Amino acid sequence: MGSNDLALKAHLLRRAGFGASRGELEEIAKNGYEEIVEDLIHPERFEDLDEDYIRRYNPELSYHDGFQNHAGRWIWRMINTKRPLEEKMALFWHHVFATAYYKSEHVPTLIAQIETFRNNGLSNIKKVLNDLAKDPAMNYWLDNCENHSDQPNENWGRELLELFSMGVGNYSEDDIKNASRAFTGWTFEQPHPLYPFGHFASSFIFDEDDHDGSEKTFLGKTGNFNGEDIVEIICEQPATAKFICRHLYTFFVEDEPQVHTWSIEEPRNPEAIDEMIKVFMETDGDIRSILRFVFNSDFFKDAWYKKVKNPTELVAGTIKLTGMYDVIPKEGEALGTLYGSASVMGQALMNPPTVEGWHTGSEWIDGGTLNERVNFAVNQFDDVSTPGFKDILSRLGDQVKSDDLVGRCLDLIGPIEVGNETHAALSSYADAVGDLDLSTDQARTENAVKIARMIQLIVSTREYQFA
Amino acid sequence: MATTTKKDPVFVVVQLSGGNDFMNTVIPYTNPLYYDNRTFLNIPEEDVLPLDSTLGWHPEMGPFKELYDRGMVAIVQGIGYPDSNRSHFRGMDIWHTCTPDEVSTIGWLGNTIEQLDPTGENPLTGINFGVGLPKAMTKAGVPVTSVSNLDNYGLMSGITAEDQKDEALQIFKNMYGQAVGTGPVMDYLSRTGNDVLTGADIIKVAPERYESTVEYADSPIGKSLRDVARVHTADLGTRIFYTQQGGYDTHANQLPTQPGLFKDLARAVNDFFADLEEHDADDNVIMLIFSEFGRRIADNGSGTDHGSGGGAFLVGKPVDGGLYCEYPSLERDRWAKGEDLEHTIDYRGIYGTVLEQWLGLEAAPIVQGTFEQINPFKTN
Repeated sequence: MGSNDLALKAHLLRRAGFGASRGELEEIAKNGYEEIVEDLIHPERFEDLDEDYIRRYNPELSYHDGFQNHAGRWIWRMINTKRPLEEKMALFWHHVFATAYYKSEHVPTLIAQIETFRNNGLSNIKKVLNDLAKDPAMNYWLDNCENHSDQPNENWGRELLELFSMGVGNYSEDDIKNASRAFTGWTFEQPHPLYPFGHFASSFIFDEDDHDGSEKTFLGKTGNFNGEDIVEIICEQPATAKFICRHLYTFFVEDEPQVHTWSIEEPRNPEAIDEMIKVFMETDGDIRSILRFVFNSDFFKDAWYKKVKNPTELVAGTIKLTGMYDVIPKEGEALGTLYGSASVMGQALMNPPTVEGWHTGSEWIDGGTLNERVNFAVNQFDDVSTPGFKDILSRLGDQVKSDDLVGRCLDLIGPIEVGNETHAALSSYADAVGDLDLSTDQARTENAVKIARMIQLIVSTREYQFA
Repeated sequence: MATTTKKDPVFVVVQLSGGNDFMNTVIPYTNPLYYDNRTFLNIPEEDVLPLDSTLGWHPEMGPFKELYDRGMVAIVQGIGYPDSNRSHFRGMDIWHTCTPDEVSTIGWLGNTIEQLDPTGENPLTGINFGVGLPKAMTKAGVPVTSVSNLDNYGLMSGITAEDQKDEALQIFKNMYGQAVGTGPVMDYLSRTGNDVLTGADIIKVAPERYESTVEYADSPIGKSLRDVARVHTADLGTRIFYTQQGGYDTHANQLPTQPGLFKDLARAVNDFFADLEEHDADDNVIMLIFSEFGRRIADNGSGTDHGSGGGAFLVGKPVDGGLYCEYPSLERDRWAKGEDLEHTIDYRGIYGTVLEQWLGLEAAPIVQGTFEQINPFKTN
């Protein structure tokens, strides 16, 4: 097994999951690439995380007065799960169906929505959209609970078409009005009041008395449509296939232009999108099949430095390297800080800025967020006692030659490759520290800081900003 | 420190994200059509803070009214553009780029900053406070700074030993080097990394220098405007400041939502100008407060859906306060799209007003055309 093979598998694990520590990578890499893909798209082959420990050590998870700890718990799951793609799909759908805490301030309902994405994320588009239409958090977020037979509210109807399935330019204002009427009466059960039993998630109800059962014309079809009929028609549209495939492509393969420009900006790789659409149409929008195709494709395997890490990937991926936030968190670690770290980089999980979700790709980067990304990653390697760093240190053996230091470190935290300019700057540091003796405890202790500094510089690079 | 040279004009933008309901901001409280259409969502006449016999402020806009009463607020009534786009994203994009008919990646303030600092010498010429740079300020090759936490801005701030931090920053500088031709995103990272290095070096004096007796109310917009004041009073050459307040997408539950937003906004803007006045730094500052669209004339029983025409405010000591343009008619035959307030002034005319009459730049290339302007500045 050559190192290129290992690098390719590391690439797969970064995209389909949140990366891997060296130990984890070597374990998984015993399997062939296609086998790893099958394992990833079949999360049920692996045991789910046992949350007993995290709840025991983080009693605040039993309260629902802030979403931050729960968003942090989600990142903890991303770091520790044996089913990385399950969490990655939940993040994917959260990007597309962005629902924020700031409106409902109802945490259990938001948690339930993410759990739904976890469960149906790899199923098919019709199931995903039907579940979404019945999701109480979404229902409240886009005011479908205020969408009445005598007074339609078109917020959900509009965004379902514009942002969740077809994209601008593929339907008319009348289609929006008719779709909205079809979803009248789709609402949720009033949740239990907070006291004395605590917060509980709400559940979907269909209020037939508030449903407009009259005739509607939607995308050229006429009938006494209900919401499921609208979803059915949406899922037949080629526009939906293209829109969802572009979303999958931009999330897993290569940054596309921002979503709202898709009506005029063609895909970066039209052939790849066309092939994905073909799989979509053949499988009735089966997400698992599309991803199997994507991960095994050449365009995926060649997609190096084509996607900027979103802040959640940066935080979870870096912490996987340090081995912190293991199943039992260390004393004094608050899950909310995981959330906070991604938040200042521009991605407040469970609290996206608008229903449009986040602008991605290079728009993750500006002066402020680059500052946060670099400082976060650097700070994770300030502590030379983390399990991840100690593992890196032990893998370096008894001695590291100055000439080898850059290459060895790049290999152990990736493997990743860097450009000439970066390599030269890192080498100047390696030259300055010289050969490093790691053969005795004392020497290791002395030189650990110098190696940690090298890792800190590597995680500051431009290259590290890419997934 | 006395200074005799005229200070460069400074422009502060406050974006109200989500589409503010102008009809319940400056309220036509004596117009029966207002109450006819806002059967649920009206502010009763006795609660309105009157500004004249036909219009009044939302009851939570008290501190803002105070500025108006001091002649510092120009109300731009009926701001909008033809065939208003009801999508937040596209709507905001149109305000940010001045191109209603096509999607552009160039922000109008990106163009403005380029005009103000053609060589991109000072990355602090334009500063955004908040997370994520607004499109209005983006233009390839134009450095701008985005600060989420002014008190800890700078790379490698976790490395405590100064000599080691300097060494790490030097290597960082080399790693982010020139990097020409390695792809647009790599190049962009290089430029941004270098801008952060330069900007952080300059901006760190702002929190150190600042002292004030003004205590801002505790709100996100208050924190942002305090940051604007701290940097402005440090005199670092910043000409364009940008920040935003979110939450105005009040399709539902508008009655309990909007007052809280106004309370924070009005207090923060009032505190901001009091702070500048204390520092004798208010002669050269104006603020534009805008939102991407107004909301429908009729409410939907709980909130208001996306509409067209709205309103904006120009605030500051140099502003000649009062009402500008025409309040959109509530008569049914004048409704835009059969349900919205029409616009009575194009937003590009207001941008043009600021560009030409305040910043001294030619407006047409930036706003992409010639639009009617107003004269909202004192003429001395």
